[in-house]
Amino acid sequence: MTLLENRSAAIPAPREITTKPRLSDQIFRAIVTVGGMSSLVILGLIALFLSIKGFNVLKVEQLSFITESKWEVLQDAEGKIAESTFGLAAMLVGTFLAAFIAIIVGVPIAVLSALYLTFYARGSVKKFLVSLIDLMAAFPSLLFGFWGFIVLMGSAEYWAKLLNKYLGFIPIFDVPAPIFERSPFIAGLVLAIMIIPIVTAISREIFDQTPLDRIQAAYALGASKLSMIRAVVIPYGRGGVVGGAMLGLGRAMGETVAVYTVLNVVYQINWQVLFGAGGNVASLILLKFGEAGPDEVDALMAAGLVLFLLTLVVNAISDILINTFGKKGR
Amino acid sequence: MQATTPSSLASVANNREQRVPGTNLLGTGLETRGVHAWFGKKHVLSDVSLDFAAGTVTALIGPSGCGKSTYLRTLNRMHEFIPTAALAGEVLLDGQDIYAAGTDVTKIRLKVGMVFQKPNPFPSMTIGENVLSGLKLAQLKKSNTDELLESCLVRAGLWSEVKDRLSEHGGALSGGQQQRLCIARSLAVEPQVLLMDEPCSALDPGSTFRIEETISELAKSMTIVIVTHNMQQAARVSDYTAFFLSDGGPGVMVETAPTSKIFSSPTDKRTEDYVTGRFG
Amino acid sequence: MTQTTIPSPQTPWATSFQQRLNTAGLIALGAVLAGVAVKTTGLSGKLGFAVSFFFIASLLIFIQQLRLRDMAAAKDSLLSSFASLAIVLTLIPIISIVSTVVIRGYQGIHFGMFANDMTMASVNDPVTAGGLLHALVGTIIMVGVALLISFPIGLLTALYLTEIRGKLARPIKFLVQAMSGVPSIVAGLFILSILVIPVTQELTGLMGSLALSILMIPTIARTAEEMLLLIPNDLREAGVALGATQWRTVSGVVVPAARSGLVTAVILGIARIIGETAPILLVSGGADALNFNPASGPMGSLPFYIWKAFLTGGTEEAYARAWGGMLILLILIISLFSLARYLSGRKVA
Repeated sequence: MTLLENRSAAIPAPREITTKPRLSDQIFRAIVTVGGMSSLVILGLIALFLSIKGFNVLKVEQLSFITESKWEVLQDAEGKIAESTFGLAAMLVGTFLAAFIAIIVGVPIAVLSALYLTFYARGSVKKFLVSLIDLMAAFPSLLFGFWGFIVLMGSAEYWAKLLNKYLGFIPIFDVPAPIFERSPFIAGLVLAIMIIPIVTAISREIFDQTPLDRIQAAYALGASKLSMIRAVVIPYGRGGVVGGAMLGLGRAMGETVAVYTVLNVVYQINWQVLFGAGGNVASLILLKFGEAGPDEVDALMAAGLVLFLLTLVVNAISDILINTFGKKGR
Repeated sequence: MQATTPSSLASVANNREQRVPGTNLLGTGLETRGVHAWFGKKHVLSDVSLDFAAGTVTALIGPSGCGKSTYLRTLNRMHEFIPTAALAGEVLLDGQDIYAAGTDVTKIRLKVGMVFQKPNPFPSMTIGENVLSGLKLAQLKKSNTDELLESCLVRAGLWSEVKDRLSEHGGALSGGQQQRLCIARSLAVEPQVLLMDEPCSALDPGSTFRIEETISELAKSMTIVIVTHNMQQAARVSDYTAFFLSDGGPGVMVETAPTSKIFSSPTDKRTEDYVTGRFG
Repeated sequence: MTQTTIPSPQTPWATSFQQRLNTAGLIALGAVLAGVAVKTTGLSGKLGFAVSFFFIASLLIFIQQLRLRDMAAAKDSLLSSFASLAIVLTLIPIISIVSTVVIRGYQGIHFGMFANDMTMASVNDPVTAGGLLHALVGTIIMVGVALLISFPIGLLTALYLTEIRGKLARPIKFLVQAMSGVPSIVAGLFILSILVIPVTQELTGLMGSLALSILMIPTIARTAEEMLLLIPNDLREAGVALGATQWRTVSGVVVPAARSGLVTAVILGIARIIGETAPILLVSGGADALNFNPASGPMGSLPFYIWKAFLTGGTEEAYARAWGGMLILLILIISLFSLARYLSGRKVA
């Protein structure tokens, strides 16, 4: 402290340069700042109101809301609600299961596609493919769901039977009964197809930013495309690609309509991905909402809150990864 | 920069030991025959024929945009890295056209190494890994990588500075050290020819001096072609100098001669104007 | 200087016709061998053929590269084989989806559908009965109202990030990103919890618009931010240097310069929400009759029309009706997307 004080005697403190903005600018800045805060306000309100509505159910169920897997509303003879139990675990398992299948199938295809677009496709072919894949990212989930149900289901059922036939000794590929339609496997495939354009677009953007001088250095040392990509592009893009995959994961976990359409939503924990039963949190909300009484609506709000927080965390991690690794490299 | 007169540059050039082609058994070196280069429709380089005798240092000088860097990049086929690039003519390495059909471009780049303007070590690799990265990239098998690592760093004049920190990342070095690391990296694949594209333009005078020392050392065992904006550097390090110029059209090679002659008695008026600092 | 004849530019490094022919030959040979494999071994069907075709063709090219060049080149060829496979696997669903919609939707389209609603027809009636006028009107109204809400908020957020650049810029950017990841069903639940259940107790088009706004704001904010960042800083400095206030500079120089970019942001925002189904199902009611008033009564929409025909029908006619609606929706999305591409492509190289 003394040192600092001594110094301040010798060296003048920097002058503070202040400009008082004119009134019109003060108003302008105030309005823009308020508008800029809207995302904060909206996200805060979502968390707040879903908590308020879900509070009663969460208070009763406490932690068993996410650990138990029983979702029941029992009515007595007069049709009044006698007893209700709400546990989301089965649907949480289903959410993760379908989303992980989507990641495992979709991400390798997306990353290799991005490599193709960045380092193999050229000129107008590249432009066309990039536009086409970006367009696919804008397709509504309803379309993916119906296409999955009408077109993909038949082939996917056949693939599921093959998997079961040759890999059935692995527990998750076993089935309790030979029902291969509308399984988590098929929902996962539809979700994979939905996230491929998203993950491809992000990976491609990151690969495109790979510093040219490093790529040149590798080629000047006699590298082939493969060894250049391994030595330069992958170390540079790895974090961003993981971030892109997380973004895809968040999208897959929150998907409603497509999963509802292709999956046989049954309230049970089902680890056997080829068996036609399962669900996810979002599709449960859609399924139950129509005939839900006030009590169950509250429970669905609580389920919405859990889903909201889950996707928020996944998106936060993805955003951090993309921003940290997308800009600096290494 | 201090004022340069032809005579002072010529004396610099005369003071250094002159290497004479043919006295060194390093193969027949590199020759180009009528090289033209284009980017899209733009003709950027016209009809350059030059010989780089084995074991000599040749400097390519000339004002910006005269095509000297483009020419340098045709010598190890980095020219085609730019999508719209095109070319005509022949580049002969040991008598073989490196652009002949069926030539493996990666093999050419192993024989003709390159050092870039900006130091570009691989940031994800350590210093040691950087030096040996060429082996991994070109998938060459070498025993005794420790010896190779040491000899490359010694030849690049960096060994004493980094021998205790080989497992640190390349980015921790100073700019000049990074550039010498890049030179060491090029040496690890044992090229016959080393191309240098303004290797000192991003460096301070001290680092520049160290790099020039390194170049003189390396010239004992390989052929070096260096593009430089700095005429004093050309005078200090090169045996031969080629002057490039563009009058708005494609760049041409105006004159080539032993360095001392270029700086003392150039045949072409434009060369004289340039080396005396009347333009450029 | 004597004018020598200039040789013609050449690209000796380009893949020659002969090389292309060789590769094509190997791929064809791979197809033939895969056909033989399907006929003679246990592999069967399209999947068996596709898998064996890919592996045989990759192996043939691998061996060719190994013989002509070396191991490094052979491994390199494997990467190109797998990357090509990946892009094909990415394209197959796109092609399949678009062709399915076009082929099936074509049968569900007739001119009368733009003049009628579904009050007098059931989804199982022949497609010539009834129509999707109410759905089209509902979608236009809901998206329009959502746009009126989202555009100002999205633009202000973008201006905060690019012009004010306050201390909170980084967190706000993060929150906008997080908001774009909010599942659409959560947006619907939120409007239910904050407005429908405690206040209005009525499902209306306006509630649908509000839910859609939550999904639209981040898209508009992020695209608008990107577009505003493309405006060179000189323009801003020039404005301020002339003594203009920041307000005048932004409203008079920056925003007009980014006009086509902002239009792109709006178009992408519309494309993002026009097919959203889950929140619409929760909060807008869904009607079969024409309703022009977003503030009262349930409102139809294209996604609801498709959803209802698909899930409640079960007959061929209902499916045809659903695919017809899907075709209209897809045409809207592709047109919007192409327009956005055209506008932003004009501005940015």
